[in-house]
Amino acid sequence: MTIDTTPDLEPASPTHASGSVFTSKSRLRAFFEAWPPLVLIALFWVGVIAVVVVGAKWIAPYDFMALDLRARLIPPVFMGGDWTHPLGTDELGRDVLSRLIVSIQISMVIAFLSTLIAAIVGVSLGFIAAYFRGRIEQVILMLIDAQAAMPFMIIALAVLAFLGSSLFLFTILMGFYGWERIARISRGLAISANERGYATAVRDLGATPFRIYSRHILPNIASTLIVSLTLNFPEVILLESGLSFLGLGVQPPMTSLGNMVGYGRDYIQSAPWIMLAPSAAIVLTTLSISILGDWMRDKFDPTLD
Amino acid sequence: MVQYLLMKIFRALVTVTLIVSAAFVVLRLSGDPAIIILGPEAPPEAFEAFRRNWGLDQPIWVQYFKYFAAVFQGDLGNSMRDGRSALVVVGERIPLTLAITLPALFIKLAIGLPAGVMAALYRNTWVDRLIMMLSVAGFTVPSFVLGLVLAMIFAVWLGWLPSGGSDTWAHAVLPTVTMGLVGAAVIARFTRSAMLEVLGQPYIRTASAKGLLWRDVVRNHALPNAAIPTLTIIGFLVGSLVAGAVVVESVFSWPGVGRLLVNAVANRDLAVVQVILLLVGLTMVGANLAVDILYGIVDPRLRIKRLQAGS
Repeated sequence: MTIDTTPDLEPASPTHASGSVFTSKSRLRAFFEAWPPLVLIALFWVGVIAVVVVGAKWIAPYDFMALDLRARLIPPVFMGGDWTHPLGTDELGRDVLSRLIVSIQISMVIAFLSTLIAAIVGVSLGFIAAYFRGRIEQVILMLIDAQAAMPFMIIALAVLAFLGSSLFLFTILMGFYGWERIARISRGLAISANERGYATAVRDLGATPFRIYSRHILPNIASTLIVSLTLNFPEVILLESGLSFLGLGVQPPMTSLGNMVGYGRDYIQSAPWIMLAPSAAIVLTTLSISILGDWMRDKFDPTLD
Repeated sequence: MVQYLLMKIFRALVTVTLIVSAAFVVLRLSGDPAIIILGPEAPPEAFEAFRRNWGLDQPIWVQYFKYFAAVFQGDLGNSMRDGRSALVVVGERIPLTLAITLPALFIKLAIGLPAGVMAALYRNTWVDRLIMMLSVAGFTVPSFVLGLVLAMIFAVWLGWLPSGGSDTWAHAVLPTVTMGLVGAAVIARFTRSAMLEVLGQPYIRTASAKGLLWRDVVRNHALPNAAIPTLTIIGFLVGSLVAGAVVVESVFSWPGVGRLLVNAVANRDLAVVQVILLLVGLTMVGANLAVDILYGIVDPRLRIKRLQAGS
């Protein structure tokens, strides 16, 4: 008789575990092993950011451009200020918290759209290379190598010099960051997926290549792609904030996280909170997303690096 | 081996051609150079003369070849701001940039390589966790934030070091350290994964099984093999010596190539931007080529191929 048929002899009950060879985990411990505390904190922060991005309009206590010259350079609450401006005000009396909220919104929207563009460009080129092979594949691989050989920051600066900066153009430009990595990954995955039975089966049924790639191969390699996109996301945030910090990205009166740091740099002595608030937001957000990305990679696809 | 080298050199030339072509395309995309330089209100005769002088009335492919010829003769136009040759304007900034990027490279390697090796050897212990935590922090803290925080601590609060400028060697300390710390994180992470990959190989198990001291296994079997992939990332770092300091130079007002590039972009000084773009492209391609040649020397698999080809 097997143990399955006699549930009343279940040995792994926490109270009677001492005499059994089965060691039982408390539910709490099992939970924290599946969800490490660091991951939970990261998840919580990403949730906060998501709420801020969606609800920026309602959360921000003031208009982010509203000047109040009587309330200039008020320190934040924990540096001797009061709750009317929890994170203080800047040199023109603009509320730092409200600016921070709008900045987070703009930076995240740019990073999200850019990652989406990189995904579309990368996956398309990767699939085209995998489908055609031969000379077309060689050309795409050469483009990938050329892109990987140049620091993207320099390319981005050159394009901005030649074409000037608008929010639309800037987002598209950021969208070219990381396409080569995604193209390389999706090409490799598509080539090996092509050898699998399911791809052969739908091909023999007469499906068009477009259908095979979009309806069958893409869903099967999606988890790996999502992990690598998650790891791409914080890098786009860093690139965007770097360029905006240099004054070449998002232009005033619009604001972004890098923009705020660049502005706050001039007040590093008299009002360091202007610079520290957006810096902390950048670090916490990129750190959280990186932690989540690494965790997802270890969980779903340990082969990826 | 000769074939391997020729192929690598051919690839390098193709990449250089791609970069030069990209510069040409973007230059043309950015609008009519006559309007940009003369301004939209210039008289039509002036446009005519300008276009004839610069060969802009010729077919696009003639312009393309002329552009190529000019680039390879080092004729890259003049800076629109001070009228001097763009090549000279960029050239005089290079030593200043190298003055901070070379020591920074040394810091990156001196911290990053041992840290990565240690993390791999003590995988899943507190040593590994601590190193990886610092490395992830190095990845996610942008260099301008790290630079500003360091400036706040050492320049504003403690007053030990100047926060900007380039008058004395003390001015170089903060930018160098900022770049070094960020880069060390990248190298540590890369070295760790290269080392872990090698430590999982059967030949490591064989070496341990035949009774070698673990120290000798690491020194004679693991490290040389892990060095091969690590070369690639070092090549990338050497290639970015010239322009890897864009953000940090701007944070600390260091008058190197990076800051020149930022100013040139802001002022749309296209000639200078183009020279820097080509310069970066050439150094990157050169560094990659050097790494490929080193691979050929270091990697026994490629050496053996050469012997077989010779026999």
